[in-house]
Amino acid sequence: MGDVLGLSAVEAHTAMSAGELSAEECRDAWIEAAAGDRLNAYLWRDGDSSAPGVGVERPSIAPVAVKDIFCTEGVPTTAASRILEGYRPAYTATAVRSLIEAGAPILGKTNMDEFAMGSSNENSAYGPVLNPWDRTRVPGGSSGGSAAAVAGGLAPWAIGTDTGGSIRQPASLCGIVGLKPTYGAISRYGMIAFASSLDQCGPLTRDVSDAALLLAILQGRDNCDSTSVGVAEAPRLPDRENLDGLRFGVPAGIGADGMESGVREVFDATLKRIEALGGEVAEVALPHAEHGISAYYVIAPAEASSNLARYDGVRYGMRAEAGGDVVEMYESTRAAGFGDEVKRRIMLGTYALSSGYYEAYYGRAQKVRTKIAADFSSAFEAVDFVVTPTSPTVAFELGEKTDDPLAMYMNDFFTVPMSLAGIPAISIPAGLAEPEGGGPRLPVGFQIAAPAFAEQRLLDAAYALEQGIGFDAKPGETDA
Amino acid sequence: MIEREQVLHVAKLARLRLSETEVEKMAGELSGILGHVDRIGELDLDGVAPTSHVVELENVLRPDEPRPSWPREVVLEQAPDPADGAFRVPSPRSEA
Repeated sequence: MGDVLGLSAVEAHTAMSAGELSAEECRDAWIEAAAGDRLNAYLWRDGDSSAPGVGVERPSIAPVAVKDIFCTEGVPTTAASRILEGYRPAYTATAVRSLIEAGAPILGKTNMDEFAMGSSNENSAYGPVLNPWDRTRVPGGSSGGSAAAVAGGLAPWAIGTDTGGSIRQPASLCGIVGLKPTYGAISRYGMIAFASSLDQCGPLTRDVSDAALLLAILQGRDNCDSTSVGVAEAPRLPDRENLDGLRFGVPAGIGADGMESGVREVFDATLKRIEALGGEVAEVALPHAEHGISAYYVIAPAEASSNLARYDGVRYGMRAEAGGDVVEMYESTRAAGFGDEVKRRIMLGTYALSSGYYEAYYGRAQKVRTKIAADFSSAFEAVDFVVTPTSPTVAFELGEKTDDPLAMYMNDFFTVPMSLAGIPAISIPAGLAEPEGGGPRLPVGFQIAAPAFAEQRLLDAAYALEQGIGFDAKPGETDA
Repeated sequence: MIEREQVLHVAKLARLRLSETEVEKMAGELSGILGHVDRIGELDLDGVAPTSHVVELENVLRPDEPRPSWPREVVLEQAPDPADGAFRVPSPRSEA
């Protein structure tokens, strides 16, 4: 068969079912494509001689790129941290197991921000991932390797994790689809923990149909993760053609906070597109959403400071010999093994949980979380979906925000509230816009959020809108 | 404002050794971030229940039956310093 790499995963699946394409041929074509990675998107690839592959003897579906936060038996798993250098887990994450059981070969492990902490992929201990649209710019993060691999033609589809926007924001900056399912839809077993009450696995794909297929493979209850519940019914491929009778809520006052004018234009044009497709656009009140960043950057670091206590140089990963007692060994190992952002979050979280500050920070942040979830519940009484831009900006330049943590955190402004509320949200490419400082036009993502476990409704609406938008730009083809 | 002493105290709690430069930088960065977070101090949150988890959780139970676990050598294979079938660590004696 001719252009294997030009097929989406669903199209490849159809071709395989019709006997026009063999799954082995599809896998081999993608292994070859992945070998040409010049974006630093992969940390390990099937075919790298140093490790045996993750076994699928008889593939039956397109191969998947897996964020390096998922444990894979016998294959290096680093979470892009020095502290896990050389770690080869003794077991495989349930999400990856689901892929293997579905007959999807593992194409490689993708680069990411260390322990999924970051919005630019610049926090990887193994160097930043480059954005395939413009290699002087970031792909977003933390699932930057997965997003860049799909956008850059190095993988047909990928999985990532989203704690505060880590699937949706890189999908937006790379011009692909990213879905964060409802908290609990997919097992977290074997997914290296960052903030356990927020972390969720999800698909990064070329289009909405591929996201639906991947979600169908991944979702489900897992006895190894007591918070996993799956989705009510197995998702089917979306086929909705219009948005008749659907109401889309735009948060009141949106755009007052640092949204680029180009992003605003694409967002407004997309709202008009929704109306042209028969949908209704209304304003909704989410008065506490603006405090999402504050609540998130207390809760997530607090949980992280606890989760990352396990990296102490005793059971796995690296150890820095200090020549002193065991506490000196812990401190030296963690000083040498963790990068700047991880240290910052551990410090922030430890401070927020420490005696005397617990109530003012962690306690209050948890209450803000309640208010944000309640805002969404009220909004969903009036509308079917809440929509925002996915990111306030298009892809920014490498190094542009590395000296200003707070400016970096503001990338998550539109994605964090849904994470705190635990609800599903998808980012689809909606158009191109020029960055604020000028330059070639870059992708802009449109975020649609739905009530918990309404994935099918969300995918159907996103599909109809995707068809209406007809986004077909590709990296390297835009006006330079 | 987060003072230098607080940074050192928190670093000790977190078992992180920070260099002099890191301590200074951390004090400034944490102050900036917490300065933003402090805005939630202005919200009226009296009587609001805290959310620690968004999913209604029920305990998952299973029969308490013995099952095989990983062989010791598989687990120790990942350890930086295994010895005599155990994890070896430096002596804890000099901790004050």
